[in-house]
Amino acid sequence: MKFKRIAMKSTKLITLLIAFLSLNACKNSTSEKAASSPPSPTETQHPVNGQASVTDNVSDPNALQVAKSLDDFKTLVVAIEAADLENTLVNAGPLTVFAPVNAAFNKLPEGKVSSLLEPENTSKLAVILKNHVAPANYPLQQLAKEAKKGRKLYMASGNYLDVVQKEDDIYVGGTKIIKTVQVSNGWIHVINDVLIPTEEE
Amino acid sequence: MLKLTTAMLSAATLLGSCGNNSGNSSGSNGALRSSNAEKVYVAPGEYDEFYAFMSGGYSGNLTVYGLPSGRMFKEIPVFSQFPTTGYGYSEETKPMLNTSFGMVPWDDAHHPDISQTEGILDGRWVFINGNNTPRIARISLKTFETEEIIEVPNSAGNHSSSFITENTEYVVAGTRFSVPVPQADLPINEYKGKFKGALSFISVDKETGRMNIKFQILMPGFNYDLSHPGRGKSHGWFFFTTYNTEEANSLLEVNASQNDKDFIAAINWKKIEAYVNNGGGTKMVANYAHNVYDESTHTATSTMEKEVLTVNPADIPGAIYFLPTPKSPHGCDVDPSGEYIIGNGKLSADLTVHSFTKMLDAIENEKFDGDAYGIPILNYEAILAGSVKSGGLGPLHTEFDNQGNAYTTFFISSEVVKWKIGTWEVIDRKPTFYSVGHLMIPGGNSRKPFGKYVVAMNKITKDRYLPTGPELEHSAQLYDITGEKMELIYDFPTHGEPHYAAAIPADMIRDKSQKIYRLDENNHPYAITSPDQAKVTRNGNEVHVYMSMIRSHFTPDNIEGIKVGDKVYFHITNHEQDFDVPHGFAMIGANNSELLIMPGQTKTLTWEPKKVGVWPFYCTDFCSALHQEMQGYIRVSPKSSSLDLTWTLDDE
Repeated sequence: MKFKRIAMKSTKLITLLIAFLSLNACKNSTSEKAASSPPSPTETQHPVNGQASVTDNVSDPNALQVAKSLDDFKTLVVAIEAADLENTLVNAGPLTVFAPVNAAFNKLPEGKVSSLLEPENTSKLAVILKNHVAPANYPLQQLAKEAKKGRKLYMASGNYLDVVQKEDDIYVGGTKIIKTVQVSNGWIHVINDVLIPTEEE
Repeated sequence: MLKLTTAMLSAATLLGSCGNNSGNSSGSNGALRSSNAEKVYVAPGEYDEFYAFMSGGYSGNLTVYGLPSGRMFKEIPVFSQFPTTGYGYSEETKPMLNTSFGMVPWDDAHHPDISQTEGILDGRWVFINGNNTPRIARISLKTFETEEIIEVPNSAGNHSSSFITENTEYVVAGTRFSVPVPQADLPINEYKGKFKGALSFISVDKETGRMNIKFQILMPGFNYDLSHPGRGKSHGWFFFTTYNTEEANSLLEVNASQNDKDFIAAINWKKIEAYVNNGGGTKMVANYAHNVYDESTHTATSTMEKEVLTVNPADIPGAIYFLPTPKSPHGCDVDPSGEYIIGNGKLSADLTVHSFTKMLDAIENEKFDGDAYGIPILNYEAILAGSVKSGGLGPLHTEFDNQGNAYTTFFISSEVVKWKIGTWEVIDRKPTFYSVGHLMIPGGNSRKPFGKYVVAMNKITKDRYLPTGPELEHSAQLYDITGEKMELIYDFPTHGEPHYAAAIPADMIRDKSQKIYRLDENNHPYAITSPDQAKVTRNGNEVHVYMSMIRSHFTPDNIEGIKVGDKVYFHITNHEQDFDVPHGFAMIGANNSELLIMPGQTKTLTWEPKKVGVWPFYCTDFCSALHQEMQGYIRVSPKSSSLDLTWTLDDE
């Protein structure tokens, strides 16, 4: 229990630090520009970091925006950012994201999360995260149908996940879907475990 | 302490990415920005280095852009009526849009491909497919006009088209939807096994470009997505990606994504050509339109063809093989040497590269993993040259430079990835804005690419331009690819939805471009070559006006004796013989369009007057200082009127 709290704390610390530092970094470059010449409209209005940085307060929120808005996904969001996958999660998709809550990451062996956040492990982290995303449109009903037909889910990692129905619940990769949220580019199904690809275990 | 370091490190990564993602390409450095501006700047009066032909998608047409400037030069009407010029409205061009379904005034134009000789762009024609009502069009690069459209029978969703073989022997059209062949009243759930996918090889006459369906291969009922010819060593073969090898007929988003691998179909067309030349194949009753525009009469004719030669793969063993390729491959691309066949598995992270040499060896040594409907499936490992693991998601299409590199678009991760042919190593990844579909390098689908620029054609625009309501023109990005790393240098909007593009050095077509039509070569049956030939004739309620136009009047410009209920044909010849002096013709209340008539050309507009009165017509193209004086009147009398026809200019 003690470990978990520490892990959580450090995750939060990382989030804060990252948020602070990256904000600072971007500010710096703008202020440098500002010092030499006033920024032109193109410089201030055109995001150069991809679709995730598009400002849009009108459309329904996408998978990334929903994940970012909920405290339950703080760790997941840090991991998505560390793996440079923000732009993928705002894509037209359709995407089905099996989103582990913070507590799911706490179940991993000690040091696993912080190790995956190391820069040299970015691609490993990306594969794990992609193992939670299917390039497909799977509302709960469709998952039930897939389970009934005995089909597997093809994930962006290249692996397949089992989907089964037990009574009224749907299980993917052995873990139960505890909640479902529709997002503009697909579905988020909330889960309590991190789905580590088999070759990673 | 350790954890703090970790945090610092990952923060540092992000910090780095803040500047690095934008890179040199579009970012904050003013000096680089201005050098990028120089790279795309074409000074007033100077010319672009390349002409790019971009499909219009749902516009049905083809647009011409300059590279690197991104300036749009022209929209060429192909499958869609175009009131701007009267294409598809004028009597001369209506037959171009005729099909076995009657007139279809629109289509979904997808994949332009420029004619080649010995695998090198020759700048004679550009071909493009109509996806919806299957058709292939040929456009002259001398006149930039659509010269021919042939309908493709037994096909539906003409998507794996219109790619040409390396001497333009054939333009190839493959069906996306499999359908009953011949069409029949069948329950849809009898799809599996009963539906067929027709791959059509349309021969192209060496001199005239005239198209003719040589043969159709009736393949298993998969979806045929894209295709490319073999070249160099693999000339004589054609490769098609397939998906839905599951043969699903409903909810394809789920049901067509079940198989771990679909196929690339490798077709030895030279073998099939020899087979049909020796009397092989089965003639099938068909009904399809073949529309040809004759430049000397300025008139198109539509002929219904009644027969097509079909080939059953089972009758010609050894001509067709399946190459297993992961995850619903989209693009099917062949490198400039002809050795590598690339499957862009659109749901996968990786690219699959097959070796032509290994493919031949696997065929020779029968390294098969069973068959599908009698067509041998080659062993995947036996033909695999390598796979490209980029970290991107959703590869769609690959083109090539002349330095041994390949460039692939990734839709889901919105990027272009540059990789090395042979080592499969990833050299560079650059973001696109956003969700890129296809990309294009001038000559990038030939033996001789011009590896200076890559154009990325994006599906999502979002905030790239000022908002213009819910509908936005798609964005394209131009990258300089002369260095080790790609550099994003420009952004420009495109018209319609470019699904694909082809480009050629401007030098190869600029000087061949036609400037006027010679009046003394005008063989239009209603043309008049001198204003004194102007006349108006009546045959029942059909009235023919033989009219000429020159700066700044029509001859005649006053016509009387027209009656309500008449059908009036204005046959108008532009008597200018001066480059870029077209005249327009617009008639009040005409239920079609205007005409835009080029120097030396004759076009015909039909008008059915409904109201008694005196009705004006005028020139719509600002042709001269006295353009506003270029006008005329038609007097329309009641149906019962016995007023004789008269026609005058200046009361003469």
